[in-house]
Amino acid sequence: MTDTPVLSVRNLVVEIPTRHGVLRPVDNVSYDIQAGEILGVVGESGAGKSMTGNAVVGLLDSPARITSGEVLLSGQPIQNLRGEALRRLRGKKMGMIFQDPLTSLNPLLTIGDQLTETIQEHLKVGQTEAQERAIAALEEVGIPAARSRIDSYPHEFSGGMRQRVVIALALCAEPDLVIADEPTTALDVSVQAQIVALLKRLCRDRGVAVMLVTHDMGVIAEAADRVAVMYAGRLAELGPVREVITAAHHPYTAGLMASTPLASQGKERLRQIPGAMPRLGNLPDGCAFHPRCDYAQDSCRANPGPTLDTCDGRAACWFPLNIKEKSEVGA
Amino acid sequence: MSAIIRIEHLTRVFDVSKPWLNRVIERLPKALLTAVSDVSFEIEENSVYALVGESGSGKSTIGKIVVGLVPPSDGHVKIEGVDLATETDRDKVEAVRADIQMIFQDPYASLNPRWRVREVINEPVSAKGGDVTGLAEKLLEQVGLSAKDAAKYPHEFSGGQRQRICIARALASGPKIIVCDEPTSALDVSVQAQVLNLMSDLRKELGLTYLFISHDLTVVQHMADKIGVLYLGRLVEEAPRDRLFDAPKHPYTQMLFAAAPRMDGFGREVEPPKGEIPDAINPPTGCAFHPRCPIAVDRCSKERPEMRKIGDTRVACHLAE
Repeated sequence: MTDTPVLSVRNLVVEIPTRHGVLRPVDNVSYDIQAGEILGVVGESGAGKSMTGNAVVGLLDSPARITSGEVLLSGQPIQNLRGEALRRLRGKKMGMIFQDPLTSLNPLLTIGDQLTETIQEHLKVGQTEAQERAIAALEEVGIPAARSRIDSYPHEFSGGMRQRVVIALALCAEPDLVIADEPTTALDVSVQAQIVALLKRLCRDRGVAVMLVTHDMGVIAEAADRVAVMYAGRLAELGPVREVITAAHHPYTAGLMASTPLASQGKERLRQIPGAMPRLGNLPDGCAFHPRCDYAQDSCRANPGPTLDTCDGRAACWFPLNIKEKSEVGA
Repeated sequence: MSAIIRIEHLTRVFDVSKPWLNRVIERLPKALLTAVSDVSFEIEENSVYALVGESGSGKSTIGKIVVGLVPPSDGHVKIEGVDLATETDRDKVEAVRADIQMIFQDPYASLNPRWRVREVINEPVSAKGGDVTGLAEKLLEQVGLSAKDAAKYPHEFSGGQRQRICIARALASGPKIIVCDEPTSALDVSVQAQVLNLMSDLRKELGLTYLFISHDLTVVQHMADKIGVLYLGRLVEEAPRDRLFDAPKHPYTQMLFAAAPRMDGFGREVEPPKGEIPDAINPPTGCAFHPRCPIAVDRCSKERPEMRKIGDTRVACHLAE
């Protein structure tokens, strides 16, 4: 693919200064998302997955800030934009879907008001046209009788329907990139399946690039084209979803997949990763995963830690698993 | 094996009406929400019985009724033959209460932040005047923490460690039955694996019986011996684990399984289930699932299906076979 990726994140570093030193919740993360592609971002809580998403859309809460690296949207750097310039980009070029659909809608405005406001803000259309587009957007996300429900308030919708409204809101100004941060975590299984199917369809029909942040491996397997696994603020592995799930290169990915009950069906015990993710202020030297890793050797403890480049860009590990032929890439 | 818990025609109705003055002025009827409707099942000793269902299916309410946090509106819960809600012999009630404990979903909300871990764990015993010397230390080691942790406060622990403390507290009174309400839903997968393994180990060591409440089918499939599927407060299907997962009989169970994301479902395109759980205040007539059911016939909207036995499975559907 020679097209410019819709989103390109280059060596992104987010830092939070604290009394006890500088924390790095996102440490040297790079990835691309092409048009029409769903990139899944997985990891445990505190791995930096939401922080990465927020950094891309410029929603970092102070004192967290981007200290180095680039965020390119269709080739244009956006990491230094502030205020009005950033506001024009959000909604128009980038849509966001958050975990809790109730807190991301204004309870005092009807959903029609919220949709038409967004549409008129970003597209040069009149009130009637905006209203028509809002109804079309609601119909597209599968809200029945959209025309009669447009004057309803958020509390009149169920959780699944609210999340559909949030998706309609994210998509109504026709953005190129959608960042979905745990969009189905608060929803039931059957509603989750509806929302995942909806995201996939919109991605395919509209050619939107989607960054899907979640901790649910099943959702990733079904929806994503490629998957990025994060651990302690760093990318542990990045690759096509089928390969990452069935033949993980990074021991953390392998452990994560094996510890899901899905993968251990019929076994007496679940495979578990010993210990817990280190705190950001107390990261071990070298590879952040080495204290919990079964394969750790001396070089894993030495600085600098491995990066994606040490294993064909696939896993940040000195001793990757599931490699059929030894790669030719030398030191 | 005998049934340690026997639940018979359990019903719980909550009054969710507006205040009476509003009702008079606005001429509103009383609103009654049936959270649990005529549910019957038995739990064998030293087994894991799982209740699954989506939000609003009444699974947590059943758990609360079993431990006695919520009284039933109708029907009985008999634990070791004693009905806690109606039994008048205090000694019997006390004895049974000590045999049953609960683990909650959110380990951040279920530990008192001002109490040391030792006090948290000892309370179920010390409240009844029991001897607690060294109890907390012993239990902490049993759940994989260190005896030194007894002097710490809950905020010094991570989510998984807190859930271990909750388990230690549940074990303090030496119970036979533990009701686990979504014990791992708030935890990350690798931590979830640690906690589930611990629960399996403890069950074997101590001969515990679990009533395991979860919405996560994969966790249930791993843990349970027998599974009951709830929909809108009604038990729609009950079967031993493998039987249920190999051959689900009820259309709702089939829909739930088809909708659950799978690790090997790369690019899977499934027709997602239609509709949502209906309002529990005005549930559909007849079978509660009929408006969403792909095979519903006339009879389904008129007549509530009885539980029928098909092989090892009990199913509440007119058409299942």
